[in-house]
Amino acid sequence: MRKYLTFFRMRFVMGLQYRAAALGGLVCQFFWGAMAILAFKAFYDADPSAFPMTLPATSSYIWLQQALLTLVSMGGIDPEFFNVIQNGNVAYELCRPVDVYGMWYTRSAATRVANALMRCVPVLAVAALLPSPYGLTAPPDLPTFLLFLVSLTMALGVITAIGMIVYMFTFHTISPRGVRLIAVGIGDFFSGNIVPLPFFPEGFRQVSELLPFSATANVPIRIYTGDLAGQEMAGLMLMQAFWIAALVAIGKLLEWKELKNVVVQGG
Amino acid sequence: MKNMVRLYGKYFSIHLKSTMQYKGSFFATVIGSFLTSFTVFLGIYFMFLRFHRVADFSYEEVLLCYGVMLMGFSVAQMFASGFKVFDSMIANGEFDRILCRPRNEIFQVLAYRVDFVRIGMLLQGVVMLAYGLCACPVDWNFLRVLTVIFMILGGMVLFSALFLLDGSIAFFTLQGLEFMNVFTYGAIEHGKYPLSIYGRGMLTFCTFVIPYALVQYYPLTYILGRSDNPLFIFLPLLACLFAVPCWVVWRIGVRRYKSTGS
Repeated sequence: MRKYLTFFRMRFVMGLQYRAAALGGLVCQFFWGAMAILAFKAFYDADPSAFPMTLPATSSYIWLQQALLTLVSMGGIDPEFFNVIQNGNVAYELCRPVDVYGMWYTRSAATRVANALMRCVPVLAVAALLPSPYGLTAPPDLPTFLLFLVSLTMALGVITAIGMIVYMFTFHTISPRGVRLIAVGIGDFFSGNIVPLPFFPEGFRQVSELLPFSATANVPIRIYTGDLAGQEMAGLMLMQAFWIAALVAIGKLLEWKELKNVVVQGG
Repeated sequence: MKNMVRLYGKYFSIHLKSTMQYKGSFFATVIGSFLTSFTVFLGIYFMFLRFHRVADFSYEEVLLCYGVMLMGFSVAQMFASGFKVFDSMIANGEFDRILCRPRNEIFQVLAYRVDFVRIGMLLQGVVMLAYGLCACPVDWNFLRVLTVIFMILGGMVLFSALFLLDGSIAFFTLQGLEFMNVFTYGAIEHGKYPLSIYGRGMLTFCTFVIPYALVQYYPLTYILGRSDNPLFIFLPLLACLFAVPCWVVWRIGVRRYKSTGS
């Protein structure tokens, strides 16, 4: 366990080095969030009765999504392991007396946490100052907030496990670009990154909620905004726990299969 | 000029051949590129299932608008992608090599990379545009068709100019700036809706600072018959003038360029 904590810490400190990049990212996220909210506002004005969430809850949703982008979205995947697979340095990784899956899992989770910590505080702080209905509002009560944190942690577990599967596919294709684009495309859509899941048509939404992608950003953010509560929330949180176990198992299985076939060609 | 075209053709066929060496990866990336814009389309579709209209635009009109934008953007991404990797060209000394050759630098950067995988996005733009053209209740005449063509051309030039600007900034910062993505990826993501829905302030910005609205909102109102101002037909051509300041920034960058020495 200690070695994983060390991997986490090393990677975390490294992630904190890229502050200028984080600043650039912040500008993007503010702009992105503002534009998305203005678009939802335009739809709201067109027909308020068809809106499945309240407008302030939608704004909170968007700001949280922007703040937590590097933490729980497919786009926050650590590119290092793609490079390692592509340039052959994976050989060094295999030399280490630790299990590759566990090591990469902790390191890519640490990258996500470090990137998110730098970005989320300023985004959330400014968003909280914006006037209603455009700003970030507080969660309904303290238990909701605690449940949000629990669910957010599980979301990190799920998205990192999905990322591991993407890495394992890259052993097959070598070039990561296609696999990554497909994963980001599908993941972003079904986690409600393009349109929040409550805006999906009935039926399609229920099916989407069964997928592992909805167990990422979708669940914690909707708990925070008060959109998810009671039995529905409990069910989706159980799904998150299930997906962590299932995806880690699949990832490990793929790892075992792929690593058998790795050929290191020297050099 | 003829020589340049022939040379570009040569570069083009080399890029095509080298891309085709990795067919599996190529098709996976084409599918990925298609998916990124297809999910955005699905988002629009879901929103319109619920709301039917936004501001005073219908589903078909929004698709027409997004299709035109996507075509301009994906062509620019395909052919001007050399500027997207321009910071690495400075870092690895490729630009020094370019300066030694007896051809225009912009031409060489353009020829350095052709990103064929954007064909996935381009195809989607074509399909959506075709659907929008058929489904919109527009009385098509020569001037309106001409406006659509101008919009697509204007979009290509505008986005290429933005990529040029993005690349030029690497002269001063050595590393690309992430916030420039707002003006390229951000614009295509949020330019799916006519820019007027974002409010007056945003429309003014997109008219006078970076002229997205000149290739999108104003000519669109002309096509849809919401405006009779014949000037709107030619606004996309006016938007092409945005390339001039971008080119000036590039020239300044080239003039004060110091090799990184690698």
